[in-house]
Amino acid sequence: MPLRAIDLEGLSHWYGAGGTRRQVLQGVHLQVAPGEVVLLTGPSGCGKTTLLTLVGALRQVQLGSVAVLGEQLNGATRGTRQRLRRSIGMIFQGHNLLRCLTAEQNVQMGSDLLPGLGYRARRDQAREWLRAVGLGDELNKLPHDLSGGQKQRVAIARALAAHPRLLLADEPTAALDSRTGREVVELLQRLAREQGCAVLMVTHDPRILDIADRLVRMEDGRLLEGEPAPMHPAIIQ
Amino acid sequence: MTPWRWLQTLWQGRRIPLAWLLLTRQPVRLAVALAGISFAGILMFMQLGFRDGLFDASVTIHRLFDADLVLISPRSTSSVSMAGFPRRRLVQAMADPAVEGITPVHWNLLLWRNPQTRGTRSILALGFEPGDPLFTDPALAPKARLLTQKGRVLFDEQSRPEFGPVAKWFKSGRTVESEIAGKRVRVAGLVGLGTSFGADGNLLTSSETFLELLPNTPPGSIEVGLIRLQPGADPAAAIERLKRLLPDDVTVLTKQGFINFEQDYWRTSTSIGFIFSLGAAMGFVVGCVIVYQVLYSDVSDHLPEYATLMAMGYKLPSLLGVVAREGLLLAAFGYLPAYAAGQGLYALVRGATQLPVAMDTTRAVTVFTMILVMCMASAALAMRRLADADPAEIF
Ligand SMILES: Nc1ncnc2c1ncn2[C@@H]1O[C@H](COP(=O)(O)OP(=O)(O)OP(=O)(O)O)[C@@H](O)[C@H]1O
Ligand SMILES: [Mg+2]
Repeated sequence: MPLRAIDLEGLSHWYGAGGTRRQVLQGVHLQVAPGEVVLLTGPSGCGKTTLLTLVGALRQVQLGSVAVLGEQLNGATRGTRQRLRRSIGMIFQGHNLLRCLTAEQNVQMGSDLLPGLGYRARRDQAREWLRAVGLGDELNKLPHDLSGGQKQRVAIARALAAHPRLLLADEPTAALDSRTGREVVELLQRLAREQGCAVLMVTHDPRILDIADRLVRMEDGRLLEGEPAPMHPAIIQ
Repeated sequence: MTPWRWLQTLWQGRRIPLAWLLLTRQPVRLAVALAGISFAGILMFMQLGFRDGLFDASVTIHRLFDADLVLISPRSTSSVSMAGFPRRRLVQAMADPAVEGITPVHWNLLLWRNPQTRGTRSILALGFEPGDPLFTDPALAPKARLLTQKGRVLFDEQSRPEFGPVAKWFKSGRTVESEIAGKRVRVAGLVGLGTSFGADGNLLTSSETFLELLPNTPPGSIEVGLIRLQPGADPAAAIERLKRLLPDDVTVLTKQGFINFEQDYWRTSTSIGFIFSLGAAMGFVVGCVIVYQVLYSDVSDHLPEYATLMAMGYKLPSLLGVVAREGLLLAAFGYLPAYAAGQGLYALVRGATQLPVAMDTTRAVTVFTMILVMCMASAALAMRRLADADPAEIF
């Protein structure tokens, strides 16, 4: 187990080239311990999503050090990034489920990534996860027939089914009403904690901030740390 | 590894059949794709079937001859323009020890008058000595005896109806008389030969009657000489000897060589092969366009989903595999209806034209291969769209 799930040092990022080149991240420092739940807030356009895509190995790092689950991503090959993504669960603003697959099959797309498990074991795991998110009765429904909250819960089950050690979530409650949003986020936090999975979640929703071990605020591509949030035991140690 | 273990491993390695689900959960798109592929397949089956059928039909009569070797004039180009050569050459061939028997045959297209409508139409007439063997089918011999009387012909009951209701009248006991080249003939019997490309109908007659119908034929000239060899004789060796023995005003062919001679004419000296191959190629192109359209829009519609899978850690090759499998499935399921419809249409064509069009393995495999290439090429092109799936853009 690496000492840190995420370790960013001096991470900067630019979009565009030449005259339209714009700096979006300006020397970001951030550490997230294994199992820690960190919430990232900040005004629109400050670079939160960009940060998430860099940590999620979806984008090439330009400047700075990005160590995720002990793997340095600056200069990492496409293959390394691809492999690392299997250990990172991602939950998107939209649910991004495969429309042609049932809830169970969608979750199984996640557990299919696990090496060395037979078909039956993977399918049983998928069902297990759907039960864990409270959708044991909706196994064979298509995303089309599920409510927004249910879809987002399927997405959570799918992300967790691949046994990630880091979960990235970008405004997972944006498409949900506040009560459903609260439920979904609580579920996410509980399951991640049970798995010992670190969470970095971007949110604008002030009602869910209390689930965090630590709050981080971003403004203009810079992190303003030191928010009064309870320290996670892993960091204290 | 035992088959059982192997099956178990296969089952263990099973994945969600994404390609199958992508296709089947969009029935309309699937139907369009399958209709397009089937249409292309049917077009290819028809065009290639017609082509092969026509080439095959050009030798309906050729196949019937009771001969191991055939003499023709080098000036003959096809069944519709057979030139004469001296009958003596055939008799000379008898000198070869391997030759068992010969049959001189007169061969020409004559104008037959429809006894009902009085219109005339070109018919293939063969003249031979009624006692000589002509066809391998033994049913001809007793009927051939009827030709010893002058002015009698045996009419092919499979001739096209445009020659008149000859067979019907004859069977009902009527005396059927007609005119050939202005001379009166009487139908002495019916034979079943089959139409060919160059001839819509056939009739057989004695050499004597034939020469009467065509008085301008040079004496002692025939168009085809049939040679039968002793049992066990080597045809290739016999051909070599005959070529040395006979002057070059005759060509010596095997029976198969005679068949090839006719087919080669239609294949090379006419545009039939080209036209039908072009038709098949059109089907291929149309199919390609449809399958490409369907797969391309399918990939485009699911681009965010493909990007999500990439973000989850699925490798690009495995996603390309999904598109490839979609192409494979389309090929398989588009081919089946095309094959079935092809069978049906062949039966229809056989009924309507008496062309010997039938499904054969070579053509079935050819069309399947073309459909497969069509689908896989389209899938390969549609895959390029997948390169646009950027997992960084889905957050
Ligand atoms: N692919 C891109 N190309 C160019 N500019 C981009 C791209 N993605 C984002 N940007 C710009 O970079 C800045 C930061 O974007 P980002 O999406 O990271 O912000 P955010 O904090 O997630 O905002 P929001 O809260 O609205 O989602 C924005 O000004 C945005 O317009
Ligand atoms: Mg954002």
